[in-house]
Amino acid sequence: MASATPTPGRRTSLYATHLARGARMVPFAGWEMPVQYEGVISEHLAVRATAGIFDVSHMGEIETSGPGALEFLQRVLSNDVAQIGLGGAQYSVLCREDGGVLDDCFTYRLGAERYLTVTNAANHEQDLAWFVAHRDRLEVEIINRAEDYAMLAVQGPLAREIVQAIADAPLPQRMTVAERTIDGVEALVCGTGYTGEDGVELLLAPSAAPAVWDALVRRGAHPAGLAARDTLRTEVCYHLYGNDLSTEHGPIEAGLGWCCVEDTGFIGSEAVRQARATPPPQRLVPFILTERGVPRHGDPVIGGGQVTSGTFSPSLEIGIGMAYLPLASATLGSEFEIDVRGKVRHARVAARPLYKRG
Amino acid sequence: MAEASYPPELLYHPEHDWARLDGDIATFGITWHAQDALGDVVFFDTPAIGAQLTQHEPYAEVESVKAVSDVIAPLSGEVIEVNDSLADKPEVINEDPYGDGWLVKVRVAEASQAAGLLDRDAYVALLDE
Repeated sequence: MASATPTPGRRTSLYATHLARGARMVPFAGWEMPVQYEGVISEHLAVRATAGIFDVSHMGEIETSGPGALEFLQRVLSNDVAQIGLGGAQYSVLCREDGGVLDDCFTYRLGAERYLTVTNAANHEQDLAWFVAHRDRLEVEIINRAEDYAMLAVQGPLAREIVQAIADAPLPQRMTVAERTIDGVEALVCGTGYTGEDGVELLLAPSAAPAVWDALVRRGAHPAGLAARDTLRTEVCYHLYGNDLSTEHGPIEAGLGWCCVEDTGFIGSEAVRQARATPPPQRLVPFILTERGVPRHGDPVIGGGQVTSGTFSPSLEIGIGMAYLPLASATLGSEFEIDVRGKVRHARVAARPLYKRG
Repeated sequence: MAEASYPPELLYHPEHDWARLDGDIATFGITWHAQDALGDVVFFDTPAIGAQLTQHEPYAEVESVKAVSDVIAPLSGEVIEVNDSLADKPEVINEDPYGDGWLVKVRVAEASQAAGLLDRDAYVALLDE
């Protein structure tokens, strides 16, 4: 057993709240974040059965506004941003010219010409620089809003009920956003999340976050850490940047063709068009282990390919994950083998999502 | 087991394993610290009965949701029993690391090796470093 040497990282406004709850803090993307409180399995199951609350304040936000905002976002984001209605939300990726994925993000339309893009913590500064570098002469203002928002994700079948009880008006529906007052605090309420459960994400002033967190926990939201967030998202096959997404793979290989609209002419659209016409040699697929064991990020697939996300599924109680496989074997039901630390483990390509509410 | 505990009657290996000696038979497990660091254990890969373990060498793996860890043999010897109940209930390693969460029983090859292990106070001091 080797213990990790903690490196000092940035702290969210909820740091003291986490410590008071007995959280184990770990370095993550330059931040000190709670990896677990009571235990990953109980936190995971609480989100599936009732509601969990996650501090995701490490994530970044970039606001773009002005008459050129739409044209600008069409350039840097892969999806058709024109399809986002007022108060709407959309998932997309940022690509390089060669199609390599720089980040994946949600974009919310806050006004006619005002958008907010939520970035991954590890990529935020790079995304911001990428945005600025591709502004050209467009009439668009690009503002780093990462310092202005704490972000709480409340997820699970009871999540909306819990948040609604302290909200001033009905919460926005799934994939929409609205300004609400939560426990007396102004917040952007987003009908999004990354767990496969219904729920909302709250963007609010960092200084106000601890009181809102406490109010939601009192009403039954279970504090849940990054470890549970990872097992939850893996069960529903949501990509994690740095694991399943990187500049080495394009969105088509990653199974994200659905969020790419090449006709918008986004950066990388030609590479994506080409990949769609001539499939790249590998494809990301979800899988389950058909025997005991737990696959992990980086485990090689025998005969070519690699596990990019792997964990034990607390809901299914088996090893699950996602892997880039050679095209020939990347078909539903196809059996393959993974080298799990020197042991051959049998796996099968499974349908997405791996977990579905039964 | 929520609170840290290190029974005084056990011998400890600095890699966070314990041994309980009873004549020439020893029971092995992982310490409270080890299970706490791992988090929820989901899988214990047992050695075979008859396997020869070498002191300070890994003989099994304990896997949690987030991590996998080698389990180090605190003493050399031959495995005479494995805790089969852990196959269905690996979480017992978290709940009762010194009791029902034991891993294997071993016929000790060299009793003198025990002198090289730590007592409770020395192990706790190591954890506090």
